[in-house]
Amino acid sequence: MKGKFLVLIALAVLAAGLLAGCAGEEGKQATTTTPTPVKTTTAEGKKELKAAFVYVSPIGDAGWTYSHDLGRQYIEKVYGVETAFADNVAEGGDDERVIREFAEQGYDVIFTTSFGFMDATITVAEDFPDTIFEHCSGYKTAENVGTYFGRMYQARYLSGMVAGAMTETNKIGYVAAVPIPEVIRGINAFALGVKKVNPEAKVYVVWTGTWYDPGDEKDAAISLIDEGCDVIAQHQDSPAAQQAAEERGVYSIGYHTDMSKFAPNAHLTSAVWNWSVIYSYIIEQVMQGTWKSEQIWWGIDKGVVGLAPFNDAVPEDVRKIVEEEKQKYINGEVPEQYPFVGPIYDQQGNLVKAEGEVMTDEELLSMSFFVDNVVGEIPAASK
Amino acid sequence: MLDVGFVSSLLASSIRAGTPLLYATLGETLTERSGILNLGVEGIMITGAFTGFAVSVLTGNPWLGVLFAGFAGMALAFIHAFFSVTLKANQPITGLMIVLLGLGITGFFGRSYIGEVAVYINPIHIPHLSTLPYLGEILFTHDPLAYIAVILAAVLWFLLFKTRYGLEIIATGENPEAADSVGVDVDRVRYICTLMGGFLVGIGGAYLSLAYAKLWTEGMTAGRGWISLALVIFSGWMPQRAVLGAYLFGGLDVLSFKLQAIGVGIPYHFMKMVPYVVTIVVLLFSVIRKRAAFGAPAALGIPYVRGKKE
Repeated sequence: MKGKFLVLIALAVLAAGLLAGCAGEEGKQATTTTPTPVKTTTAEGKKELKAAFVYVSPIGDAGWTYSHDLGRQYIEKVYGVETAFADNVAEGGDDERVIREFAEQGYDVIFTTSFGFMDATITVAEDFPDTIFEHCSGYKTAENVGTYFGRMYQARYLSGMVAGAMTETNKIGYVAAVPIPEVIRGINAFALGVKKVNPEAKVYVVWTGTWYDPGDEKDAAISLIDEGCDVIAQHQDSPAAQQAAEERGVYSIGYHTDMSKFAPNAHLTSAVWNWSVIYSYIIEQVMQGTWKSEQIWWGIDKGVVGLAPFNDAVPEDVRKIVEEEKQKYINGEVPEQYPFVGPIYDQQGNLVKAEGEVMTDEELLSMSFFVDNVVGEIPAASK
Repeated sequence: MLDVGFVSSLLASSIRAGTPLLYATLGETLTERSGILNLGVEGIMITGAFTGFAVSVLTGNPWLGVLFAGFAGMALAFIHAFFSVTLKANQPITGLMIVLLGLGITGFFGRSYIGEVAVYINPIHIPHLSTLPYLGEILFTHDPLAYIAVILAAVLWFLLFKTRYGLEIIATGENPEAADSVGVDVDRVRYICTLMGGFLVGIGGAYLSLAYAKLWTEGMTAGRGWISLALVIFSGWMPQRAVLGAYLFGGLDVLSFKLQAIGVGIPYHFMKMVPYVVTIVVLLFSVIRKRAAFGAPAALGIPYVRGKKE
């Protein structure tokens, strides 16, 4: 009896481990509540455009979904669009049902704001040819499905310059989420920004394997600080890394939205999204009847990405050089792919791009190496 | 690079990361010792994390938060006890229900508290002792709850193995018929152990939101409840071993970050898997060796009905 029972427990523990492991990878926060569409108030009664938003995580007050919701509120206010949203929708779980329900309810445009919603969006779009679908960060399109994303690496690059200028130990920590090209691209752009102003400094990467686990992310940040890093950057949605920097008296660089309120002294700036730019563009196209399926990937020149206001600790000369680099994008002095312009070396010192060569968008979207001033490894099956 | 400083800061971090696990493991150990298997630890922990945070926000007193987190844990544990002890229901199923209930309730009510700032429980540097080289950092720079956890482990050990009450609890978990026959109120013991266990698990949750991560967010336990269930087995239902186990499991988590920070590339997937693998190995070992010291309480998970043999 006892043996049998112990085996049962072992199985339960194993199952729990697997569950925890799976949840850890993608949207662990997206598994708890059943999403119900939340209808928000509409400004006027006349026949308006109706737009629905499908979010992967709770809105909260920082991070990816919060940044999209700011965009939703913007188009509701400025264009009088009636909007609705469902948050905390599990990828590959409830997503298809939620998207389908919005389509059935007659929403004109449906925004799905997580990479994992890609297939569900395409599937539902086939059944509702008159509804417009916009999927964020994916690559599949259709007659009535467009995609949109921002060139966040440009803002990452600028924030890296700030970090490179502010470090005294020449060790900058980066709390990284999950090793996919988007995260790797962000790290490399940041490191190239560091290198631009401070060729001596190195970027130390620690992977947490989480998108939102404040406990682990804080530990990861503290581990980096213990090793002498005096500026901490991050990729995850939680502000835990910022808080760790604040507690330990070092600097930090935030992500997604302005994270200064979580670390008023530590926070130097954040690389932030401003989705209202893209949402406004799409809504205007739909209103004018000129909408067509596009793959939008806009950068800092259009204002989709940018930097949060600087901490007072950032000196004037640093602000100036960052602003100069920013103007290069706006004036078209550099290609959109900048800073991914040669010479670029990988960690082994191999020349990846020769002087003056520009990386293609395809290369950016499949990036799987670190540039030469990054310390750390990319966990991958092939290594 | 693997110097003494690295090791001492690793050990200090292990204690921080292990403390929420320790509370949950002690609570579940007490519960299971009485023969009740409560798989709802994850749900109770997240409820404690939320309640502690919310009460601290509302009252400005984190210790009141800790207390109410314990009560909230008790409330969920009561549901489990009612189903398991009074209704003799299937314990694993009720436990899993508690997990979903806890995650759901806190997700719903917790929404408005995301991003709020509470009053937190901060580390105290014990005068003189904390300035000792290395040892000071490892042992004497923690918050009061971390010390209380160790004291609780000792108290629980004493209670279980050195007192008459402990004997009654263990007897109830091993052989409820025998306990009943000598006048132990089996249902009462099981209720008390499940409720007190829930109290401790709830505090473990509050530690996460008030002392460790210092913020509240939905689902922030991130599987720590499940790790604690594994820890109970790992520690062989012994509170004193739970201390080492919790710090070890907490340390493994931190170790992967620390190794990465000094440039040793160990895939984080591997480190996240280790606690479960270690538990299964310990379990296999205990089944093979058939050592009583490693064994689960014999009546664990089996409803007790007087006069009815299993």
